[in-house]
Amino acid sequence: MELWFTENHTPNVRFSIKVDKQLCTKTSRFQRIDVFESPEFGRFLTLDGIMMLTEKDEFIYHEMIVHVAMATNPDIENVLVIGAGDGGTVRELSRYDSIKNIDMVEIDEEVVQICKQYLPQTACRLDDPRVNILYLDGLKYVRTKTNEYDLIIVDSTDPFGPGEGLFTKEFYGNCFNALKHDGILVNQHESPYYEQDRISMMRAHKRIREFFSVCKVYQVHIPTYPSGHWLFGFASKKYNPLEFDPSRWEALGIKTKYYNTDLHKGCFAIPTYVKEMLENADAV
Amino acid sequence: MTVLSQEMAPIYEALKRYRSARIVPFDVPGHKQGKGNPELVEFLGKQCLSVDVNSMKPLDNLCHPVSVIKEAEELAAEAFGAEHVFFMVNGTTSAVQAMILSVCKAGDKIIMPRNVHRSAINSLILCGAVPVYVNPDVEKKLGIPLGMRVSDVEKAILENPDAKAVFVNNPTYYGICSDLRSIVKLAHEHGMLVLVDEAHGTHFYFGENLPVSAMAAGADMAAVSMHKTGGSLTQSSFVLLGKGISEGHVRSVINLTQTTSGSYLLLSSLDISRRNLALRGKEIFKRVVELAEYARSEISSIGGYYAFSKELINGDSIFDFDITKLSIFTRDIGLAGIEVYDILRDNYDIQIEFGDIGNILAIISVGDNEMAMERLVASLFEIKRLYSKDKSGMFDHEYINPVVKISPQKAFYAKKKTLDITKSSGYISGEFVMCYPPGIPIVAPGELITDEILDYIAYSKDRGCFMTGTEDMKIEKINVVVGEEE
Repeated sequence: MELWFTENHTPNVRFSIKVDKQLCTKTSRFQRIDVFESPEFGRFLTLDGIMMLTEKDEFIYHEMIVHVAMATNPDIENVLVIGAGDGGTVRELSRYDSIKNIDMVEIDEEVVQICKQYLPQTACRLDDPRVNILYLDGLKYVRTKTNEYDLIIVDSTDPFGPGEGLFTKEFYGNCFNALKHDGILVNQHESPYYEQDRISMMRAHKRIREFFSVCKVYQVHIPTYPSGHWLFGFASKKYNPLEFDPSRWEALGIKTKYYNTDLHKGCFAIPTYVKEMLENADAV
Repeated sequence: MTVLSQEMAPIYEALKRYRSARIVPFDVPGHKQGKGNPELVEFLGKQCLSVDVNSMKPLDNLCHPVSVIKEAEELAAEAFGAEHVFFMVNGTTSAVQAMILSVCKAGDKIIMPRNVHRSAINSLILCGAVPVYVNPDVEKKLGIPLGMRVSDVEKAILENPDAKAVFVNNPTYYGICSDLRSIVKLAHEHGMLVLVDEAHGTHFYFGENLPVSAMAAGADMAAVSMHKTGGSLTQSSFVLLGKGISEGHVRSVINLTQTTSGSYLLLSSLDISRRNLALRGKEIFKRVVELAEYARSEISSIGGYYAFSKELINGDSIFDFDITKLSIFTRDIGLAGIEVYDILRDNYDIQIEFGDIGNILAIISVGDNEMAMERLVASLFEIKRLYSKDKSGMFDHEYINPVVKISPQKAFYAKKKTLDITKSSGYISGEFVMCYPPGIPIVAPGELITDEILDYIAYSKDRGCFMTGTEDMKIEKINVVVGEEE
């Protein structure tokens, strides 16, 4: 018997992973949640049939969504994480002793419960005393905050379904308002490659740059995401991520598998076609 | 004879039988179940095109229903507590016209509030009935027309004992309800019928703790836009009949203007939506109320916005309020409703129902969820933060009481001349001017054009309202009645 998980990356492109067994399936109020065990990628989590993370490559995503901002401003103390129910982002943040508070706002409590049970690799630090988990719509939470956070990380699903509100102008505007004068916003920024992801990517960039004086995009390579070429957004009211002090971060002694201070500079170097898309983001 | 129950949907079931029978069509429509128009199939889907068919024996005939349409009408009548229901495919406009044309002929009087939809006044042009307008009460701060006061209706009835009917707009677009039971009682005591434009009140028949519906209040006829809050396709609608109204007469009137090629897409959408509401309407509208109440409290907590509701109730011209409507007064943040409406669409990808000078209206329905509400609330929060202005200098007048000089029909068919609209003050208008939506005329045929009306039109245009009504597409010229100037 062969069991395969298949995700349509586009209507014409499929991506499949051979599965040993399905560990969990549940339909929450918001989405269908599945965890599988696979020979190649270890355990992996999907939401509504879309790949969220695998044990084998999640380090790339989670290190890169956290350390670029933390190296840019190592004085960050108060962090808001939106989405991120698998716990990977919180795990990376919890490695900084300088962070005093992490508010994590996840819409779907079932995702967190399932990840705690089946994906301890990412969910292992959700019980850190600095972490407060709130189960509600991030869009709702963030509009109640003003001048409060040093860093907001938007670790969301794609902009269809529960994650839709986290790609909107109202959300980015509310984030701007919730950040302090030197605040940083990092967001999951979709991919430049396939058309549907590209449109989401351009729309997100167009909307973020309406609010933030610094608005950049950096890239990572995630084997299990459509095209493997993925982007994060870095926006700030003050900090240019390329003007940072590598020695200060290195002195922290945080051991990483993907991120390093050379890559920090390098990941902002993006392909010409992506640059052009970003420049023309107003066209979408 | 089949025993009918609300679980059934006879038109839908007949279409499914038709589809599975794989009939070879040598009748209209010429797209032949979509085969002749692949681009349309690609866009709308094969399922849809395969049941876009013509009347035939197994599918009944809308003009003269004897089988599945008749059964569907009977089920709808039971669901709405009506004596009879007509399926309408020319919009609620045709439903309103069917009501008025059924009870009025040339020269007959009909008592109505002036803040009716254009379809009601159009009916008067068609049949030559003469309106006796009852000026609706007005909420001064919000600038919106309210319901009719019972005492004003009584006065109109006593002054016009020969009037044939009282026409009530219930609820209004904004969710305001008149004292329908008292108006019905009063009218019936004076031998007049009561016709209700219930375009925005489908849910009154199914939800709990909502304002009284026309049929429950004893009205004689009602026009219900199933497509507005009931879930059916755009343009599909119902006429409901109360006791003692001749079904045959009303059908003859409907058949004067209704298509003989009634769309089965529209008819089946009415049938399926009726079934859905009959079986699940109570819980659906409970949820709609919860969403609307949630949004109201969140929007009011932003400050600057006023999401109005039952606190407006005054026992008369605001006898009740439809809490599924999310009407929001925006002028205190220095923006006209129409400006907020435009910003929501252009900058936040949110389309709401309409904006007028002082308010916006969002329709909440069976299709909404919490996440959509959050987007609306968050966007309004941002609009206040980023766009709010000093509110001084804002136009604070919405409703203008009309001066009726001649009947709409007489004005419509009178000899007319075209003037620059800015130079038309003092003339009698030969046509409508309105913002659409809501489609309530600012000036209607036969009414005096005043400086106040012209100021209002200019302000509405300036703020970006979508203006319509005149022959001149730019609303720069207006046709006025010749020989009647003041």
